[in-house]
Amino acid sequence: MAKSRSSTGRTFAAHAILITWTVIALFPVFVTVINSFKSRRAIFADPLALPWPEHFDLVGYTTVLKQGDFFGYFQNSMIVTVVSLFFVLLFGAMAAFALSEYRFKGNTLLGLYLALGIMIPIRLGTVAILQIMVAGGLVNTLTALILVYTAQGLPLAVFILSEFMKTVSDDLKNAGRIDGLSEYAIFFTLVLPLVRPAMATVAVFTMIPIWNDLWFPLILAPAEEVKTITLGSQIFIGQFVTNWNAVLAALSLAILPVLVLYLIFSRQLIRGITAGAVK
Amino acid sequence: MASKKPVRWHIAVFLAPAVLVYTAIMIIPLFGTLNLSLFNKGPDGVGFVGLGNFATLFGDPRWSASFWNALGNNAWFFLIHMLVQNPIGIALAAILSTPRLRMAAFYRTAIFVPTILSFVIVGFVWKLILSPIWGIAPGLLDIVGLKTLFAPWLGREEYALTTLALISVWQFVGIPMMLIYAALLSIPDEILEAAEMDGITGSSQFWKIKLPLILPSIGIISILTFVGNFNAFDLIYVAQGALAGPDFSTDILGTFLYRTFFGFQLQLGDPYMGSAIAGAMFGIILLGVCVYLFGIQTRLRRYQF
Repeated sequence: MAKSRSSTGRTFAAHAILITWTVIALFPVFVTVINSFKSRRAIFADPLALPWPEHFDLVGYTTVLKQGDFFGYFQNSMIVTVVSLFFVLLFGAMAAFALSEYRFKGNTLLGLYLALGIMIPIRLGTVAILQIMVAGGLVNTLTALILVYTAQGLPLAVFILSEFMKTVSDDLKNAGRIDGLSEYAIFFTLVLPLVRPAMATVAVFTMIPIWNDLWFPLILAPAEEVKTITLGSQIFIGQFVTNWNAVLAALSLAILPVLVLYLIFSRQLIRGITAGAVK
Repeated sequence: MASKKPVRWHIAVFLAPAVLVYTAIMIIPLFGTLNLSLFNKGPDGVGFVGLGNFATLFGDPRWSASFWNALGNNAWFFLIHMLVQNPIGIALAAILSTPRLRMAAFYRTAIFVPTILSFVIVGFVWKLILSPIWGIAPGLLDIVGLKTLFAPWLGREEYALTTLALISVWQFVGIPMMLIYAALLSIPDEILEAAEMDGITGSSQFWKIKLPLILPSIGIISILTFVGNFNAFDLIYVAQGALAGPDFSTDILGTFLYRTFFGFQLQLGDPYMGSAIAGAMFGIILLGVCVYLFGIQTRLRRYQF
């Protein structure tokens, strides 16, 4: 069939484009990781070669790992990210539902008020936030970070989720009401499952800036026992600017946990996206 | 229309947690900053100066040159994202959503990898790759015979900003891709089948059926890009430092704010002028968002499936 031939060509082109961009996306990570396992001379002589036994050298890692508690940093980042994410999704979805579902006085105004937070970086209020945390005795606790990140994530979550909630059919919700479901039951059992793809998307959007943030850990929680992994690796890299082995090893150590975490979550995320879309 | 129930408490319950956390941790401190921008140090202590700081910022040559430079650079930064990042993201999503595409999960996962990396990592990794000392970039260009094209891109005034913008595109292209991908998947099969019945397939199906249906998502992406770019700071800070070198050619509003607010090297931190810059950024972003909300979003048609 002529049609199948043209579709073979199209599939080939699609793969070619996707492979090209995949290479572009992964190349810098790849180069960093392979060079972190090489001796200093091999890093400069042949940066693209794999770390064959003759140049294999873990000197970068031994330098870096002597200096700090990477596992502890990782755990701190995990706790902060997961807890903040939970609150952002729960509170954000609740508020988005209220805004997109009910007509009440001040609805539009409240929507704009919440959307304001997308426009302004929360960093502009750092000085006042620090004062609040000092007053509440929350400096150098993970709670301080969780509070800030929850506030930071909410506006975008509300904005995106209410866009998606507008597409949930009214008939379905009204059918639920006729069957005697409470508004809470409608939200948790009817609407939430339907906006799951949007929730997954919001989760990724919220998670990344939290995990990667350098600013608030530096200001609100710089103590050793509450350091996040981004702050930890920034300090490492700063210490070893001219030691290429150590810099590359520190970068790899910062990349690998995120990568593993992402690979675990991405399956979840993609299942969420496709499950919701296929219905 | 709304029914005439006395008090609908569930609305308050749904809204309360988000509004409370958001107000206490975000709005009140931000308001504090905006308030600060109306004050400045005078001969007899700190006093109220009204819009004086803004007049200085826009008019006084010592400040305005830096400000307009940062604003112009920021506009260019945004333009590159709109012209490069978003079209690539949409194209990748459209290709990925092809039915029965093999290894789609792998591509999706791989292309999103840069987005999950922190600015600290991205800044350093690209600095190393583009570094003339290490020689990965010139080496690669040499393989394809284009070695003469190599220049220390991050070190040259005319290229540095564009290079950083492209690094940022490289990092964040996954976000429009994922959003559009989710939007494309949520288009019901019946609509696409109906289109196929009418003989609309392939790329004309994309332009005529899918694109109009995902326009609201494209709108969201554009405004997110705008806001993100005008708040950008980290990448430039990590790659070029607070001085946004060479010779301020990569200075954007975020780095300008940081330098002014917290000070650097010989300049002392000035919370009042810093707050004024924050206020100006706020105004610019607010303007852009209003243009979107009232000029564009209201004209987008939404479909309920």
